[in-house]
Amino acid sequence: MALDTEKREFKILGTRPLRPDGVDKVTGRALYGADMSAPGMLTGKILRSPHAHARIISIDTSAAEALQGVKAVVTANDFAKASNSFMQDGLDNCMARGKVLYHGHAVAGVAAVSEAIAKQALKLIAVEYEVLPHVTEILDAIKPDAPVLHPDRNFKRLPEGTAANISHTTDFGHGDVEAGFAAADLIVERTFKTEATHQGYIEPHACLASMGPDGKADLWCCTQGHYNVRGMCADYLGMNISQLRVTASEIGGGFGGKTTVFIEPVALALSRKAGKPVKIVMTRDEVFKASGPTLSSLTDVKIGMTKDGKITAGYAMLRYQCGAFPSGTIDLGAMSAFAAYDLDAVHTEGFNVMTNRPREAAYRAPGAPTAVYPVEAVVDELCLELGLDPIDVRLLNAADEGTKASYGPTFEAIGLKATLEAAKAHPHYSAPLGPNQGRGVSAGFWFNFGGNTSVSLSLNDDGTVAVTEGNPDIGGSRASISMMAAEELGIPYENIRTIVADTNSLGFNDVTDGSRVTFAVGLATIEAARAAIKIMCTRVAKIWDIDPEAVTWEDGYAKPAGENAGKYDPMSLAEIAAIANKTGGPIAGHHEVNADGAGVSFGVHLADIEVDPETGFTKVLRYTVFQDAGKAVHPSYVEGQMQGGAVQGIGWALNEEYIYGEDGRLQNAGFLDYRIPVASDLPPIDTVILEIPNPGHPYGVRGVGETPIVPPLAAVSNGVSRAIGKRMSALPMSPPKILKVIKG
Amino acid sequence: MVKVTIWGSLRSATDGVAEVEVEAANFKQVLRELERNYPGLQSQIAAGVSLAIDGKIYREAWFTPVSPDSEVVLMPFMVGG
Repeated sequence: MALDTEKREFKILGTRPLRPDGVDKVTGRALYGADMSAPGMLTGKILRSPHAHARIISIDTSAAEALQGVKAVVTANDFAKASNSFMQDGLDNCMARGKVLYHGHAVAGVAAVSEAIAKQALKLIAVEYEVLPHVTEILDAIKPDAPVLHPDRNFKRLPEGTAANISHTTDFGHGDVEAGFAAADLIVERTFKTEATHQGYIEPHACLASMGPDGKADLWCCTQGHYNVRGMCADYLGMNISQLRVTASEIGGGFGGKTTVFIEPVALALSRKAGKPVKIVMTRDEVFKASGPTLSSLTDVKIGMTKDGKITAGYAMLRYQCGAFPSGTIDLGAMSAFAAYDLDAVHTEGFNVMTNRPREAAYRAPGAPTAVYPVEAVVDELCLELGLDPIDVRLLNAADEGTKASYGPTFEAIGLKATLEAAKAHPHYSAPLGPNQGRGVSAGFWFNFGGNTSVSLSLNDDGTVAVTEGNPDIGGSRASISMMAAEELGIPYENIRTIVADTNSLGFNDVTDGSRVTFAVGLATIEAARAAIKIMCTRVAKIWDIDPEAVTWEDGYAKPAGENAGKYDPMSLAEIAAIANKTGGPIAGHHEVNADGAGVSFGVHLADIEVDPETGFTKVLRYTVFQDAGKAVHPSYVEGQMQGGAVQGIGWALNEEYIYGEDGRLQNAGFLDYRIPVASDLPPIDTVILEIPNPGHPYGVRGVGETPIVPPLAAVSNGVSRAIGKRMSALPMSPPKILKVIKG
Repeated sequence: MVKVTIWGSLRSATDGVAEVEVEAANFKQVLRELERNYPGLQSQIAAGVSLAIDGKIYREAWFTPVSPDSEVVLMPFMVGG
């Protein structure tokens, strides 16, 4: 769906109305996953593996089942065989089958009349394990003699000679890279390491499942995609999809980590067996041990540059650790690494390798931050060595409309150069720095996409409007959708209420991911509004006894299209809605689409960092995010996305990491030992929104949610490196690591 | 004939060729012809792919037209967070 050809002055888009969920959230009225309850509800708990890797010899649940108050116990035997290997991996991650693959892997579930009894029952489940050698690090996992996680599956030993733990390989690029390096005046080659991080959402996974004896079930859960939950759970329980209704609760953060299932199938299986509703709420310990960390990485980057800053060639070898099950994130990393550059010669390759860690889950722009970080760090090092301005160099080499992207296609109109120019012109870039301070620059990129979307829009007889969409609101989408409906219909924002429907109330919707919702649901909302307008104009034409084409819609009113149509008093939406039952019945519009044309997104970040040379302690002094948002529907939410992504990236760069012991057990499963940035750690994050219309959306809207987490890793690393005068090449840059580099 | 660019790790299925030609008028036909002419691509196509057509990325858009002038790039199925 293309950008509207008629240029319009927006009346509502670009304003900052109050968020519709604000009062509920600050007063405690909003219902999150753990807030749901049902009569006769049981408490579900999950037994988890104490081992990183072990064969399950036997599971004896008899003592637990005999405990008074226990109503059901389930193991892998209580689930159906999944429909394909990808789905089976998801199920096996929810409940171990044959082997446990990481510390915290689920082994059995219990439902009991109280949490105390459920916990007691877990202790009565006797699991006999044969402990196996484990592997948690990338280089260890590819050694020829490494423990193999899935020896029964046909993973190729690629690169040749490695253990059969590599699930996926990748290779992108074009041009003659060796000739490019030969033409360079300076080549920098360096290896970079990042650690696995968690999405860090405040709300733990929580759900309530209720299945009746007739096999009909309801599930309430916190998720980014309840249609996806429905599909996975139905598959795992051997159910017909129509018999499972899923309702998404309010969500206390997801960031990609709630795009799959963990506890939901277990709660349903327990409910089926017990004949009662079952609620499961993960503890924070479980969230860390058994829900979606991101990948860790080890990347070699080589870039050649001429004395005047022209990049002659780029190469990256990426190795992504993806936890206990196959993953293809390496593709996205290899495609993103050099996307900000217009290069004649570029080559990225790499692989995903499995280890005895929790299964990798998506995290904002999955695969991109860890690929862009090493490239942007080497570009920064080249700029320093050659005495060149880092933004000038990026402008000289920036991808633009017509550039053949490093991953193949030719870019349409993109906003990278405008974003770089905005950063260069901003007072932040020219502000003086003090001793032990450094300024880091990084560009970043994400694809964005649209996807399957359904929207329904109904007129109420008082002239207000109900919009029904099917994507959990993780970043302000209800406000944005209401605004776009109001803009199209020409009525006040306050007259519209947008809700997120359950899976039985609306057609299918893809997960809330890929920065897709404001783009795709917005697009569908505009089309639904246009469908309703068409009906309204037809009704009014009948009232006026003229042709429907002779009626036009303008600012919330049906009007004669011109003088030839006759003279009639305009009719408002409210007037038309009030008499809808007399003119043909309820008036509604709907739209269903697999939306394309989302348009890629670029951002540029500036980070001023101060490092205490005595302790290695870092302080983020100033931080500014520049991003092309297309048309910013609700600028406050766009700024919130830009700030949130920056903060999560700063945490990734400075503090956050999964730490494993020699025994393969996670050492820091809690917010005391896994430290995310808090407000007192950070300066205000400034934002500059650039509004370059997306040609693939009627209002020019572009997704904004993921790109902001891509640049911070390099922006902060480059700032630290410039502050200490030495190149940092491993994250997180905790004080001991920085001190080690300072002291050489 | 429509030229389709194949990403590097799939080129073992196209005898190392980076750009192949297929007779196709839309997204679905491109995939069908790729599977027919290069059976080694079948598992990847079954697992999910996207097509970039003239710079725009499409997922599962069977009836999106392509022409001999189109720039068509086979890409992994795009996912996000």
